[in-house]
Amino acid sequence: MTLDLALLALLDGVAYAALIFMVAVGLTLIFGVLRILNVAHGSFYAIGAYTAASLGLAISAMGLPEWLSYPALLLAAVLVGGILGLTIERLLLRRIYMREEVLQLLVTFAVFMILEDVQRLLWGVQPYFADMPLRLLGTTEVVGVFYTRYQIMLLPTAAVLILLGLRWFLRHTLQGKLILAVTEDREAAQAMGIDANRVYLVTFILGATFAALGGALASPTTSMLPGIGSDMIVLSFAVAATAGRDSGRYGHCSATHRPGSLIFDLPAART
Amino acid sequence: MRGIFPLALLVLIIALLPLLEPWTEVVLTLALAKGFAVLGIIVLLQAGQVSFGHAMFMAASAYCVAFLANRSGVLEISLLLPAALLCSALMGLLVGLFVVRYRYIFFGMLNLAFSMVLYSVLEKFFYITGGSDGMRVPRPLLLGQELERADYERWLFYLTLTLAVLLSWLVWRYLRSPLGQALAALKTNETRLEYLGVSARRVLLIAYIISALLAGLGGTLLALAQGLVTPEYGYWVRSGELVFIAILGGAGHVAGAFIGALVYEVVRLYAAAYAADIWQLILGSFLLLIILFAPQGLVGMAQHWLRRRGSPP
Repeated sequence: MTLDLALLALLDGVAYAALIFMVAVGLTLIFGVLRILNVAHGSFYAIGAYTAASLGLAISAMGLPEWLSYPALLLAAVLVGGILGLTIERLLLRRIYMREEVLQLLVTFAVFMILEDVQRLLWGVQPYFADMPLRLLGTTEVVGVFYTRYQIMLLPTAAVLILLGLRWFLRHTLQGKLILAVTEDREAAQAMGIDANRVYLVTFILGATFAALGGALASPTTSMLPGIGSDMIVLSFAVAATAGRDSGRYGHCSATHRPGSLIFDLPAART
Repeated sequence: MRGIFPLALLVLIIALLPLLEPWTEVVLTLALAKGFAVLGIIVLLQAGQVSFGHAMFMAASAYCVAFLANRSGVLEISLLLPAALLCSALMGLLVGLFVVRYRYIFFGMLNLAFSMVLYSVLEKFFYITGGSDGMRVPRPLLLGQELERADYERWLFYLTLTLAVLLSWLVWRYLRSPLGQALAALKTNETRLEYLGVSARRVLLIAYIISALLAGLGGTLLALAQGLVTPEYGYWVRSGELVFIAILGGAGHVAGAFIGALVYEVVRLYAAAYAADIWQLILGSFLLLIILFAPQGLVGMAQHWLRRRGSPP
């Protein structure tokens, strides 16, 4: 009995760790390149989750095929990351790159406060629930314990894919190399003719999309309530801090260099 | 000493306001109580460090009051207050020993981490702390006397106001003392400070304990005024709020803490009354405007305005 419980906790941990990992990767990416700790990151997660749930509900309401709810999760993440990321970077962050760190932190805190209410206005305070993607995959038996395939297979796979994909993107594509160059030495990169402002924008959107994807993938597994964003931000701070203590030197790579952050998340799983 | 006159006038207005409008009494007490914690943030801001977890000291001392009053039956306010302050100072020392090794973003985040540890402990151990329902704080005695609600609230308000004036002055003196000047030096050039033979860590640790004490005083008064303590006191959003108020009031001046807190509470009160769904949105936009257009805060704006008026064109 206790062994079962321990196993269940472990499985829960793996599933939750995959989600936190996605949020934390985005956070570290933004911090590494822009040197801004984004307090609003949890809001991207929350709004990504709500958007995914709304899309999922819309799909079942319109009677469309159920498998469409999977691309809908991805679509929600891209939508939220793109729109919010673009607006916030262009309108606000751009104005404060040269300012004190305290003020940068506070700007993202203000964005967090605003988004918290936007989320409440759009989706209300009632719990939201759309678990179609979870049900579609069914359950599987792991050493005598039944667990949803979605949580135990899809989530970790998605996390690993993001880890490998981001690594490949940063090392083998032009845009990725530009990001690395700006992280390494902004001035030198600019002297070479790299448009640092564009790199900042791309990075911020990418980071926001990861957080929104974490939220979108989390949406089938929990019911959404106001406050999920502010709880998530604390956990992802913790992960980002442990995974990338020396992010100053290695830039955003630390999150991708160290799958260890995945393992760290285990004890952080819900109790 | 310029600018003492407007401040004295402000204190007088605040002292008289509850006599004319009784409902403002509790609001002002709560706002001023928060102001103490903001003053603590401002002390640390002199060293260029921002703590994103100072609400933990408010929670620590508030729970200290609640435990003493409920478990030990200590109801005497003249005992509760020093005990709670001692509690927050000790915790400031304990946490401070760790966090003063870090600077900037890491300092802020480590504070946040500690505050969330305290928050989780307060929330999860519900046998002891009452969980998220919190604990009730019975109305304490004043020098052995039991007070009626109205008398108690009035008394607490004037105590808070007196302490606010007294501590503003003390902190003002502290920031102008060599120890306080070393804080400013820590912000400008820490290496040079070390070369002068001053231990930057010790300077920061002392400032940290002072700021923890101030936050603890705020938490104590808040607990006494509200009669209820919840883990929410120590949530990270509360800490963020404190930093927000510090910037709003003006991080360069001790009066900024209380002026910022008063303005914040008033804006919040009206926003909550007339636009209950979007009060956070309003406050957030307000904060953005302050940061983008008036980074010196309200006190900075007032000083600028006074100076322009005072000097001949």
